[in-house]
Amino acid sequence: MSNLLNVSPSPHAHGKETTRKLMTGVIIALVPALLASLFYFGYGAIIVTVTSVASCLLFEYLIQRFIIKKPITITDGSALVTGLLLAFNVPSNLPVFIVVIGAFVSIAVAKMTFGGLGNNPFNPALVGRVFMLISFPVQMTSWPVPGGFSTGYTDAVTGATPLALVKEGLKNGETMQQLMAQIPTPSQMFLGNMGGSLGEVAAVALLIGFVYLLVRKIITWHIPVSIIGSMVVFTAILWLINPEKNADPMFHVLAGGVLLGAIFMATDYVTSPMNPKAMIIYGCSIGILTVVIRVWGAYPEGVSFAILIMNAFVPLMNAYIKPKRFGEVIKNG
Amino acid sequence: MKTFPTGGVHPPENKLTSNCPIQVLPIPQSVAIPVSQHIGSPANIIVNKGDSVKTGQVIAESKGFVSACIHSSVSGKVNKIDTVIDSTGYRQTAVFIDVEGDEWVDTIDRTDEIVTEIKLSSEEIIKRCLQSGIVGMGGATFPSHVKLTVPAGKKCEVLIINGVECEPYLTSDHRLMLERGEEVLIGASILMKALNVNKAMIGIENNKRDAIGHMTKLATAFKGITVHPLKVKYPQGAEKQLIKALINREVPSGRLPLDINTVVHNVGTAFAVYEAVQKNKPLFERVVTITGKTVSKPGNYFVRTGTPVSKLIEAAGGMPEDTGKIVSGGPMMGKALSSADVPVVKGTSGIILFPRSESERTESKPCIRCAKCVSACALNLEPYLLMTLSEKGLFERAEKERITDCMECGSCSFTCPAGRPLLDYIRLGKSTVIRMAREKVVKK
Repeated sequence: MSNLLNVSPSPHAHGKETTRKLMTGVIIALVPALLASLFYFGYGAIIVTVTSVASCLLFEYLIQRFIIKKPITITDGSALVTGLLLAFNVPSNLPVFIVVIGAFVSIAVAKMTFGGLGNNPFNPALVGRVFMLISFPVQMTSWPVPGGFSTGYTDAVTGATPLALVKEGLKNGETMQQLMAQIPTPSQMFLGNMGGSLGEVAAVALLIGFVYLLVRKIITWHIPVSIIGSMVVFTAILWLINPEKNADPMFHVLAGGVLLGAIFMATDYVTSPMNPKAMIIYGCSIGILTVVIRVWGAYPEGVSFAILIMNAFVPLMNAYIKPKRFGEVIKNG
Repeated sequence: MKTFPTGGVHPPENKLTSNCPIQVLPIPQSVAIPVSQHIGSPANIIVNKGDSVKTGQVIAESKGFVSACIHSSVSGKVNKIDTVIDSTGYRQTAVFIDVEGDEWVDTIDRTDEIVTEIKLSSEEIIKRCLQSGIVGMGGATFPSHVKLTVPAGKKCEVLIINGVECEPYLTSDHRLMLERGEEVLIGASILMKALNVNKAMIGIENNKRDAIGHMTKLATAFKGITVHPLKVKYPQGAEKQLIKALINREVPSGRLPLDINTVVHNVGTAFAVYEAVQKNKPLFERVVTITGKTVSKPGNYFVRTGTPVSKLIEAAGGMPEDTGKIVSGGPMMGKALSSADVPVVKGTSGIILFPRSESERTESKPCIRCAKCVSACALNLEPYLLMTLSEKGLFERAEKERITDCMECGSCSFTCPAGRPLLDYIRLGKSTVIRMAREKVVKK
C-alpha cells in the first residue's frame, strides 16, 4: 500500500498560514495593550483577563463536548481571542461573576448558537460587552483611576472617563475650554493614563499591535484607517463649526475605545466584509455612527454599538458590494 | 518594476534546477505517443501496426481547425495502437513504437548552425506550424497555428513572449532562454512575421536575472524585440495577467487576447517554431525539468515525446523511497500522475516528485471569512462565495458571480488558512455552469 501515489487535484502546494497561526498573531498583537493595562490597573486587569479567557474557553469546551458533541476546537485560538477582547472592553474592577456572565453571552449566545467559528453574525466579544453594559450599567461604567498595582480590584478608586466628563459637562452648559482643563492632555491619553476599559486606554500599545497585524498581513489597513479617517473628518467639521460645544478630532480618536474597536474589534474576520470596497464603506459607517452616538446619543461612547449595527449590514454588503472584476465585460464590444 | 496589480501569491520558488544545463535524455526502448497532446480534436492515426517509421515522420494528422499533427519521436516499428493512461488519468489512444536506431526524416536540418534569415512568408509559416504539430508549450497546448491566424476585422499590434515561468520548481523555459536564447529570439521574429506585427515584448520574472541579462543583450540584434523584467508574483505567467503587467490592458471576460490586439506565445513555443520553420524539425521533443526536494540528481532534459516519465525519474537518480506524489507540470496547476508510466507529451514542462509529507492535504477547517482568498484572486473573483455556491448547487448564481472566468490558478486554495478545498468546488461549479450553458444552446 505504501507505494501508492497520491492523486489529488492542484494546487499541490499550500501556504504556511493556518487559522491557529492567525489567531496567535492577533494574540501577540494584543500583548502590548495587555502589558499597558497591567501597568495602569494592576491586579484588576489580571483577574478580569484571566477570568474572561478561562470562562470563554470553558464555555466553548462544554458546549462542544456535551451539546454539539463534535470534535473540540478550543485550541484554534478563536475563543482565546474572544476572551482577551472581552476583558479589554470592560473596566478592570468588574466583579468576577459579571465577567463570567459576559463570557457566557459571548461564547454561548453570540458564537455557538450560530454554529461556532465562522458563522456568527455579530462580534462575540462586543455582544458580551453590550449585554453587560445594559444589564449592569453601574458596574460597567465605574472606571478605576490608573495607578498600577496600588489601584486594587473591586475596591479601586473610580472616576469618569474623558468622554463621560465631556458629555456631562456639555449637558450642564460648560464650554469645551473649561472642560479641557479637567481631562487628561493628549500625550497622557496617547500613553493611556486615563480612566477606561482595561485594554482601550493606551493608544501607543494598540498602535504597536496594529503595525504588527499589518506587517504579518493578518489584517489590511482598510477598516481601521477608514474608521479613524471618517471620524477625524466628521469631528473636525463639527469642531470647526462650533469649537465651544464640540471636542477636537484628536480627543475623539484618543479617548474611549476607538483605536481598540477600529484595530481589533471591527476587523474581526467573521463579522466584517469580504472585499476592500465593502470594508471601506463598513469602516466609514462605523466611524460616522460612533460620532453620532457620542455627540447626540445617550451614551458617552458609541464604538461598540456602531460596530454591532454595522455587523448587521455585513451580509447585505457582501451580497451587493462587489469587487471590480478583472476584465469587466465591455458593452457592445 | 512591472507586475499585475490585483491578487497573486508568493509560493516558495524552489527552483532547484536553475543552474543545471539541459542534457539529452537517452532514447528509450519503446515509446507510447498519445494522439491527443493538445487542446481540440485528437489527431487521426495514419500508420498501422507493423509499419516502420522514422524520427519526425507524421503518424497522426490533425483533424479539424483546432487540432495538431503528431509526429513520431523515434525511429522503429509500430508495435501496436492501444490506449495509454495519460497525465489526466484517463485512457486515450496512443501509437506504441519499438525503437530501432535513430533514423530521422531526411528533410530535417540536423546541423547546429543557427539560421537567422526568415525565408517563409506569413502564410507559409502558419502552414509549417500546422504541419509540424506546434502547440503552446507553456502547458495549455493550444495549437499555435490557430493563434497565429488573425481573423478578418482583428489586428494584432504587439506580440508578447512569455518567459515568466511563475510556477515554482520549473526551470525548462529559464534554461531554454539561457542556452538557446538566439533561437528563441529568431522564433519570436518568425511569430512576428506570421502575425504581421513589428513589436514584441518578452516578459521574464526577476528571479531569472541571468536570463534577463542574456536575452536583453541578444535582443539588441533583433528589431522590435524588447525584454521586460517583471516583479515575481504568481500567476504572472497566466496570459491575462502577463498582458496586464506588460501593456496594462485587460482581456474582457470570455474573450481572447486578440480582442485587445495582442497575442501571447511561450518561449518554448518560440523555440519550437524556430526549429519547425528554420530547421524543418517537427515538434517531437521538448525540455522537461525533473525535480523535487528529495530527488538526488534533479535536472533539465531534452526528452522525446512518448518517453515514459519513469525514464526521466531514472535519469534523475531514481524515485526516492518516500515519494507520495508525482506531479506533471508545476505544483500550482500541474496534474498528479497515477503512475510513472505516463508518457511525456508536448505540454509536459516538468515532473516534480513530492515526498509523502508534502503530498497530503491538511484537514479542511471552517471558513473564518478572512477574505484572504478574495485578495489572492488575480481575477478579483470571490472564491469563498464561488465555493459555497458550488457546494450548495446554486450554479445560476455562481454563473452571475463569473465562476467561468476562473482560470484555476489555485491561489485561493494555496492561501486559505483553514485549508479549504476552494478550487475543487470551483472546478465543479465551473464545469457544471459550462455544461448547463451548452445544454441551453442545444435546446435552442
